[in-house]
Amino acid sequence: MTTENKATSIRFENVSYIYSPDTPFEKRALDCINTEIEGGVITGLIGHTGSGKSTLVQLMNGLLKPTCGKVYVGGRDIWEDPKKIREFRFRVGLVFQYPEYQLFEETIYKDIAFGPSNMGLDEAEIKARVLESLDFVGLDASMLDKSPFDLSGGQKRRVAIAGIMAMRPEVLVLDEPAAGLDPRGREEILGGVHEYQRRSGSTVIIVSHSMEDMAKYADRLLVMKGAEVIKNGDCHEIFAESETLTSIGLDVPQITRFMKALAARGVDVPADIFTVDEAAAALLPLLRKEGGASC
Amino acid sequence: MNNTPYIKAEHVSFAYKNDDSGDVQVLRDVSFEIARGEFVAVLGHNGSGKSTLAKLLNMILSPSEGRIYIDGEEITSPDFTEEDLFRIRRKIGMVFQNPDNQLVATIVEEDIAFGPENLGTTPAEIRARVDEALAAVGMTAFARHSPHQLSGGQKQRIAIAGIIAMLPECIIFDESTAMLDPSGREEVMETIEKLNRERGITVLHITHNMNEAVRADRILVVNDGQILIDGKPREVFSHVEELKAVGLDVPQVTELMWKLRGQGIALPANIIDEEEGADLLASLIRGEQSK
Repeated sequence: MTTENKATSIRFENVSYIYSPDTPFEKRALDCINTEIEGGVITGLIGHTGSGKSTLVQLMNGLLKPTCGKVYVGGRDIWEDPKKIREFRFRVGLVFQYPEYQLFEETIYKDIAFGPSNMGLDEAEIKARVLESLDFVGLDASMLDKSPFDLSGGQKRRVAIAGIMAMRPEVLVLDEPAAGLDPRGREEILGGVHEYQRRSGSTVIIVSHSMEDMAKYADRLLVMKGAEVIKNGDCHEIFAESETLTSIGLDVPQITRFMKALAARGVDVPADIFTVDEAAAALLPLLRKEGGASC
Repeated sequence: MNNTPYIKAEHVSFAYKNDDSGDVQVLRDVSFEIARGEFVAVLGHNGSGKSTLAKLLNMILSPSEGRIYIDGEEITSPDFTEEDLFRIRRKIGMVFQNPDNQLVATIVEEDIAFGPENLGTTPAEIRARVDEALAAVGMTAFARHSPHQLSGGQKQRIAIAGIIAMLPECIIFDESTAMLDPSGREEVMETIEKLNRERGITVLHITHNMNEAVRADRILVVNDGQILIDGKPREVFSHVEELKAVGLDVPQVTELMWKLRGQGIALPANIIDEEEGADLLASLIRGEQSK
């Protein structure tokens, strides 16, 4: 992967979005958002259904234009010159929910190559990118000539994601990329995205309902509630406030609840644990003392 | 009440016909019984055959081999008529994954009335059933709303109410919580538990979510077309290695206990609940501190 992708951040300045303004169906989906999504890390975007996550995501590459306020990608106001908005569609790649329904080409190769071809790249470059993206999502190059419609659901989804990665966007946004998959499928997709982020150094935003997944793969979390961003911080910080998350209809990982339950029983453990490995590391010394004493 | 199992599958196999590459064997010699009023979770990775199993039970598909009995009646019998089939489908309702694909009317109560109307039920009876079904899923206040304005969890509850209005004995939930957010999942899980507990409806809940499976009376783990493990959640989740090997997870607390055991700490294998796990570990750690 080229290293020219500098860590691109996305900043929202007083951004509001209203669907069907001045009609009886008027709905304020975003209310004066002021926040920044850090570049070069994975940010998990979480929130109740209807909290404004999808609207926020569609503002990032100019699919929607804010009713008021400004969206900056890499420091540039994306609506400064509306004629150049197309540039941001390439710089910010969006993977929608259930992207497997958007495959349409005869072969997997053609499907992944569709984006880069539209960018006017030459054949050699397109091929290099197709192979690189295929590798990120863990599919084998021997599949390239097959029809995407012969694949399983999870594989189709990976092809669709590879198609966006092949455009080498500075920011990759995925809306619920693991929805409906079994634990192994989730790990394949999210592990692939994680690997992609670490190798490319690009900015990744994942919309998710699964706190367990976000605990495992996200560096930071952005929490939305009722058209507003109510939290933006690193995972430790946010999972430590499990009451806030629970009160807005979200959840914390079971292991975080478990550690809280331990703390409530007077055991001295940190409050910001959210993976099983961290919990095991924190508990082992406490339990080992016992083993050591009896030996 | 009799002792006949409500659902009984005997040596059931199923293959999808595929012209290009031969038949695809989905289920292989599967046998199990489910008692009336039981709440059973079915776990298995994508492609393991669990949805096929569900579709066999209300005859959306019929097995290539083996017999299936519902309430003592063999539904795979050659004498089984189309009329019998409709009777069975009325007993066993199905709720699918995508709430948007299951609602047909523009008003919630009309959607729920759709099933009973098709059965030729009298208007007064339909009214009574719709009201009752709405109450059962806690959606009475939404009777005259448009389904499109509801949240995912609410839509699924309306889909469930549509089944309740058919007076089923059993409901199969085929990944009905997969597309919902955490609070939507909880709404649906609570509705399922209530229907099972208060009405004695037999429940088969197909899911990928281990924390949901823990709430069932029993879990069937399906892998590669066969039943790999069958038991109470506690027993099933104590098979950590086996479940991981087939691409499934265990609840995080169970996984923690398993990891600590791997480090030589003596802990039981069957902890699935966080409160119970916390009690145990707290007493172990405190026991040490008080020495």
